[in-house]
Amino acid sequence: MGMTMTQKILAAHAKLDSVVAGQLIEADLDLVLGNDITTPVAVNEFKKFVVDKVFDKDKIAIVPDHFTPNKDIKAAEQCKYIREFALSKEITNYFEIGEVGIEHALLPEKGLVVAGDVVIGADSHTCTYGALGAFSTGVGSTDMAAGMATGKAWFKVPAALKFNLYGKPSKYVSGKDIILHIIGMIGVDGALYKSMEFTGEGLKNLSMDDRLCMANMAIEAGGKNGIFEVDEKTIDYIKEHSTKPYKIYKADDDAVYEKVYDIDMSKIRPTVSFPHLPDNTRTIDEVGDVKIDQVVIGSCTNGRIEDLRMAASILKGRHVKKGVRTIIIPGTQKIYLQAIHEGLVDIFINAGAIFSMPTCGPCLGGHMGILAKGERAVSTTNRNFVGRMGHPESEVYLASPAVAAASAIAGKIANPEDLD
Amino acid sequence: MKVTGRVFRYNDNVDTDVIIPARYLNTSDHAELAKHCMEDIDKDFVKNVKKGDIIVADKNFGCGSSREHAPIAIKASGIACVIASTFARIFYRNAINIGLPIVECEEAVKGIKAGDTVSVDFATGIITNETTGKKYQGQPYPEFMQKIIDNGGLINYIKNTSK
Ligand code: SF4
Repeated sequence: MGMTMTQKILAAHAKLDSVVAGQLIEADLDLVLGNDITTPVAVNEFKKFVVDKVFDKDKIAIVPDHFTPNKDIKAAEQCKYIREFALSKEITNYFEIGEVGIEHALLPEKGLVVAGDVVIGADSHTCTYGALGAFSTGVGSTDMAAGMATGKAWFKVPAALKFNLYGKPSKYVSGKDIILHIIGMIGVDGALYKSMEFTGEGLKNLSMDDRLCMANMAIEAGGKNGIFEVDEKTIDYIKEHSTKPYKIYKADDDAVYEKVYDIDMSKIRPTVSFPHLPDNTRTIDEVGDVKIDQVVIGSCTNGRIEDLRMAASILKGRHVKKGVRTIIIPGTQKIYLQAIHEGLVDIFINAGAIFSMPTCGPCLGGHMGILAKGERAVSTTNRNFVGRMGHPESEVYLASPAVAAASAIAGKIANPEDLD
Repeated sequence: MKVTGRVFRYNDNVDTDVIIPARYLNTSDHAELAKHCMEDIDKDFVKNVKKGDIIVADKNFGCGSSREHAPIAIKASGIACVIASTFARIFYRNAINIGLPIVECEEAVKGIKAGDTVSVDFATGIITNETTGKKYQGQPYPEFMQKIIDNGGLINYIKNTSK
């Protein structure tokens, strides 16, 4: 029986000729990731092992990005705890403030993940690296601890959904709109336990930043992972960022999919997820009159350079509506510098927005932009759950950077097309 | 092993942000996390929960972030078992890994209301609604997960099997 991309990667890492959906396997790991929230719990678990050494100090990444620069004493204690662990175990890819970025923006940029890898991370958006043709999935802290000790993890081989993408998205439709559209279509548990495999002739119309954004939100459909077929763009990206050897796994022609979705990207409209679930989507033409108090442009979903460029192209020469706090956060230090060099930061500040150092910050209601009771935000992040960005009675509307920037100007959810 | 307790009943898509909001994730102290369990969806949960109680929810329980703090908070609050139609996969994995018993059974979920008394027999997978007298057959764990549970969690399982 034929295998999907995901199944082939898992089979290879379990040293098996083939696997089928539902099979339990033990796979070798190419990278184990944790952040400042999940790593302290993992370190506690790791300390219960008799062995005191990590399996490979080059294959672990520890990224304190959530509550950093430390927002309070407790966060400082957590970061201190993992710093001591990382230094004592000589973890190569421990990123201190100054070099840290949002983990899922940082790792691809640092070349730590390439096509064909198996990656686990104690963070649900670890699925982001599927954009590079890797199998990559979120786990918990105990799995992270076991992974750091043994270099292995247990998986149930997932069944698959295939997304056949074709057509060219219109000017203001990005990877974010496409993935919100898909989640709206299949639901927040539409891909539960399954892999989402993205392929089709339309891939050539999606940049790497688009793909990273889309794979990032596979978890928002309940998916175990999202993975993109590797093409020239992927290989160029990998060669530019990494010296690691990569391997391309193509799905067999007779691979089994539970369902195949054909998606004409030229028909997709800018899309917004209303509170309080990512699948509660409406097209920009259906949003109605939704006044807002805050705009956040950033996160592991949309804090990359193309996202900032798009926001800047809309904010240029305009000003955000009085009363709308507009917070723009680059994903990494490299993107931060790029934004300065390209003059984007001037545009943001002249438009009345703030531009901060990289952090998860408001995405999870951590710091740097918490919402009060009754307030509404348009955000380029990935979750709009109850209380996600602050008070349990606040509201988050998920959108692309283009829609977010247009909304900042209008003071309500707005269509960037109307500004042309 | 068998547990019997009173039911807290929730709907679809209970996410990890309402199980334990991120604003409390600056600690990994179990008792501290338990103090805020379910706070954003059910303010009275912490006041009313007693050791041995049971959470029953519809589909996709535990969706969202990978924070192990979520099953930890539920377990530390005294909850003995979570029954749901389906679980989000990372939550499922984490619950097994830390030893919070969870059972998937759509039929039982449909037949259980808030405040009912329910018992779960983990050996047989049988769920009994003691209030109505109805019995349901829950999904048994796959064999390797049973091994993890028998060993008291993933870490012990690896320690015991890698010798
Ligand atoms: S930016 Fe948001 S979703 Fe991404 S890793 Fe940080 S908290 Fe999680």
